[in-house]
Amino acid sequence: MAGERFSSDHEFVRLDGEEGLVGISDYAQEQLGDVVFVELPETGKTFAKGDQVAVVESVKAASEIYMPVDGEIIGVNSDLDDEPGIVNSDPLGKGWFFRIRVTDKSQFDALMDENAYTQFLETLE
Amino acid sequence: MSKPACDNLLQTPLYGAHVAAGARMVPFAGYSMPVQYSEGIIAEHMWTRQSAGLFDVSHMGQAVLISKDRKHETVAAAFEKLVPADILNLVPGQQRYTQLLTPDGGIFDDLMVHRPANTEHSGGLFLIVNAARKTEDFSLIEAALDEGLELARRPENALLALQGPMAASVLSILDPGAETQRFMTARLTTLAEVECLVTRSGYTGEDGFEISVDAEDAEHLWQSLCDDERVKPIGLGARDSLRLEAGLCLYGHDIDETTSPVEAGLQWSVQKRRRESGGFPGASRILHELKDGPALKRIGLLLDGRQPAREGAQISTLDGQVIGNVTSGGFSPVLQRPIAMGYVKAAQANNDADLTITVRGKALPARVAPMPFVATNYYKP
Repeated sequence: MAGERFSSDHEFVRLDGEEGLVGISDYAQEQLGDVVFVELPETGKTFAKGDQVAVVESVKAASEIYMPVDGEIIGVNSDLDDEPGIVNSDPLGKGWFFRIRVTDKSQFDALMDENAYTQFLETLE
Repeated sequence: MSKPACDNLLQTPLYGAHVAAGARMVPFAGYSMPVQYSEGIIAEHMWTRQSAGLFDVSHMGQAVLISKDRKHETVAAAFEKLVPADILNLVPGQQRYTQLLTPDGGIFDDLMVHRPANTEHSGGLFLIVNAARKTEDFSLIEAALDEGLELARRPENALLALQGPMAASVLSILDPGAETQRFMTARLTTLAEVECLVTRSGYTGEDGFEISVDAEDAEHLWQSLCDDERVKPIGLGARDSLRLEAGLCLYGHDIDETTSPVEAGLQWSVQKRRRESGGFPGASRILHELKDGPALKRIGLLLDGRQPAREGAQISTLDGQVIGNVTSGGFSPVLQRPIAMGYVKAAQANNDADLTITVRGKALPARVAPMPFVATNYYKP
């Protein structure tokens, strides 16, 4: 898929102008296992890059999700309430977590593109 | 049987089979064990409830306590000094669940014990203890033996568990006697040309069997069972979610050296004869709690929504008074909601009571529920 950039914590951002979707990568969902619940942030709140913004509960454990860029939350994915498993089945598509409005696009450019992220994953094995 | 791996983790005889099947291996009790295979924990959990799941539990500790005079009465009397169960009156082949106790009446470990079915093995007791405690358990037992007794560890034995509604049907193809083997009994038999000791018991709440075999035969038996399309290998992740739904304790979490069997709701495993005569460690506390009730009680909790509560979360009354802690918690694939176990003050341990559990600063609504959370299917025709 085109246009995502990834943080080293395995979040993705897909920007369209000043707005974008944030979620987790396929690698992250596989590491987590079956997702049973996602605690999403409140719409209207602003977070800085690196702030804890969400929590993913899998069968075994809870994992924190960190803001990959500065931004304001302008929407959350309510489909995750009833079907948290879409994080596993379609992490970059229907499994998105929340929508943001970014303030500093250079932070997006500083994230890894798909190729860089793939190479990064190889260093983790 | 256990071989060191490069990161100092031991391997069971089935290590290669797990890796070949795509398992994600994790450290557990000093072993490299499969936490899940490719389909994931929830799928493995549901397969066990609907068909037959095969678990490698070879990391657990197997041993035989033997009296040199080959008399059941002698070995039973010796073991009864350590556990509160009635061992003396076990009939040949009968298995019981019990606990090794501390002098304060706390639980040192929980275990399964059976009297051999065959008279040629008279004077023995077969023990299966938790992997994380086996070294300590065997030391504790040995320290309590006089010269007429010995503890023979069986590190060369593997242990497989086949659990689920299809388990008996799967095994009976290899051995017709499995179909009608009684619950909580042990039998020596041959499966896929391999000599085995089979008990009808397990840790999932389902009908099932635990099969002890020589390490060198383990992989052949594992593959023979996996060849049946009703069988899939299942990892430790689903083993934990299955036992939680069944309301079964996990040592080191729901029970430990501070918890007595009465607090843990395990008084059913202290048979009447032992309640009357005592003669086990911590008897004064345990008999007192049996008579007057314990100060704390283990309870089951059902939560609303989907957010799980985990070990360590505080349990409170609706008006905010902290009354206990969660000791195990997770998501129930069958009930599709979070479930948990914990201890609260005995006066608050009432079914249907509304409580809250604090998770990341939020008070989640929870209700006290009887266990098992999901009905068990033990073979009791």
